Amino acid sequence: MKFSIQVNEGPYQHQASDSAYQFTKAALEKGHECFRVFFYHDGVLNGTRLTTPPQDDRNIVNNWVELAEKYDLDLVVCVAAAQRRGIVDDGEAERNGKDATNIAPRFRISGLGQLVEAAIQSDRLVVFGD
Amino acid sequence: MSDAKNFMFLNRRAPYGTIYAWESLEVVLIAAAFEQNVSLMFIDDGVYQLTKGQDTTGIGMKNFSPTYRTLGDYEVRHMYVDKASLEARGLTADDLVEVEWEDWETEETVDNIVEVVDSDRVAELLEESDVVFSF
Amino acid sequence: MSDLHTVNKSPFEKNSLETCLRLSKAGSAILLYEDGVYGALKGTAVENMIASAVGDKKVYVLGPDFKARGLADDRIIDGVEVVDYAGFVDLVEANDKVQAWV
Repeated sequence: MKFSIQVNEGPYQHQASDSAYQFTKAALEKGHECFRVFFYHDGVLNGTRLTTPPQDDRNIVNNWVELAEKYDLDLVVCVAAAQRRGIVDDGEAERNGKDATNIAPRFRISGLGQLVEAAIQSDRLVVFGD
Repeated sequence: MSDAKNFMFLNRRAPYGTIYAWESLEVVLIAAAFEQNVSLMFIDDGVYQLTKGQDTTGIGMKNFSPTYRTLGDYEVRHMYVDKASLEARGLTADDLVEVEWEDWETEETVDNIVEVVDSDRVAELLEESDVVFSF
Repeated sequence: MSDLHTVNKSPFEKNSLETCLRLSKAGSAILLYEDGVYGALKGTAVENMIASAVGDKKVYVLGPDFKARGLADDRIIDGVEVVDYAGFVDLVEANDKVQAWV
């Protein structure tokens, strides 16, 4: 099965990102193909490299980065939602005159068309939100 | 590319109190470019997204309700409203905006694509779709 | 032809479970996860909602979320089946698509 995931909430505030991660990991371990993980609404906040969660708890951003590294996942953060919430890569910093970037490795910022394409190309779209 | 899929956008939240209503509309507008069959479903507090006469000047937020009336230009052929949700909230179809639709090729026009449907029909429409987007 | 409906909020916080049950067709699969697992507990004010759904729908609860919340399996409503994340994946694959009631 080729699946895509939509994550609508940021790390820690809601369980959505954790559930999405656990689901994605389980599916990949079963040999399924993940076309894309698309982060929307506050979900874009999963794409910052600047979190410092407590040492005795899971590191949600790192979980996604490591999973992406292991399985070559496409982690996409929606550009419009990212602009509203301050998730910035080099391109966005230059275009919008920002003096810093904060995008985590393995994440990329792109348009909503990536979500639509994921829905078209995948057998299943699984949405995690609040 | 394979045949167009039937996309259903599930809207269950009121406008302005949270951003879900507006950001889900942004996906609908983009989906138009992909030539899929796009329908919207308004259930629970989602029905409030379509109320007429929204005026946000006092709260300092952008009034995005005019966008609903343009959806006919964005390949949206159906906007379904769950009857039970409407009635529970003391609303009728008269409280909702009307959205025109025209097929540019055939010039077929529909005065209003906003349609109130009962639970059984909502369940059917959801199940008939190929992809459901939730926000 | 059936869909998997997911419900992740407590029935005491939001009406997502109620709406999901009203708008899902007979033969659907329903998965309760995250705070939605509270809907699978016996003896609640909403037990009847799930107990009657079990008649014509397949209801599942995500075990890890249930256990995380300190609830023992013997308090799950009869007819509700416990699955883990691998089971969640199987449900997504076995059904035609997912309807997420957030």
